[in-house]
Amino acid sequence: MPETLKVRVLVRPKEGILDPQGEAVRGALPALGFGGVKTVHIGRLIEMEVESAAEVDAMCRRLLSNPTIEEYEWEVVS
Amino acid sequence: MRVGVTVFPGSNCDRDALYAVERMGEEPVELWHAEADLKGVDAVIVPGGFSYGDYLRPGAIARFAGVMGPLEEFANGGGPVLGVCNGFQVLCEAHLLPGALLQNTHMRFVCDRVRVRVETANTPWTAGCEGGEELTLPVAHNEGNFFADAETLARLEDEDRVVLRYVGNPNGSANDIAGVCSEGRNVVGLMPHPERVSDPALGSDEGLKILRSVLVGATL
Repeated sequence: MPETLKVRVLVRPKEGILDPQGEAVRGALPALGFGGVKTVHIGRLIEMEVESAAEVDAMCRRLLSNPTIEEYEWEVVS
Repeated sequence: MRVGVTVFPGSNCDRDALYAVERMGEEPVELWHAEADLKGVDAVIVPGGFSYGDYLRPGAIARFAGVMGPLEEFANGGGPVLGVCNGFQVLCEAHLLPGALLQNTHMRFVCDRVRVRVETANTPWTAGCEGGEELTLPVAHNEGNFFADAETLARLEDEDRVVLRYVGNPNGSANDIAGVCSEGRNVVGLMPHPERVSDPALGSDEGLKILRSVLVGATL
């Protein structure tokens, strides 16, 4: 059995790109009595089990994120 | 002229597009997503819908379907390609068009008829229109908010590559952009749906002005 790595990829809108979901949540929090929230940004968490981490970066660039509007980071968690 | 219409799982304007090709008086050809074959067509329409359920991002998965390889070759060779709505999103994901379509600023799906101005007649999909002419076309999308970085936007404007512009912006789109074309001008992406107004029985056939444009100057 090849060893399996657990990889966690975080994809989020680039700095300065409009994030209407984050804005909507930011607007909703004070309505529940949570004050002092300055900004909210919403991204996407992708967890994968892979045999090797060698191609994770290529996966991020080619499919998991759209470099025009998103940035990504990834790590091997176990 | 043989006009191909790609069919992905989740496409929902493919039948409208095939019917619109008939209304153009031309021969519609279905292009199944899994087949890497354009069947010798002379032009391709990538229709709207929710290809692959819009999973990950609209167009992100469709962009790697079997039919896309030959379609990219066709487009890079100068063949006329029109992406409508989800098709526009697919062509952006495939880097055949610049920019990306973000979620509408107001967070609501917009389903309406909008007024658009044809900004350039210098594309195969607007050659039958007058520059500056206004049309009323349907829109129906959640991610129609065109985005490109400032440099790309300036280039699109300088190079006369904004094809359609909203007269009243329905989605927050940069520079009121409703459609753009590729550097070679042969690939066009539009958020409005010309194929949904291809018959007076549907309320209007104004969309045929766009679709029939591809016949102008075609030597077939």
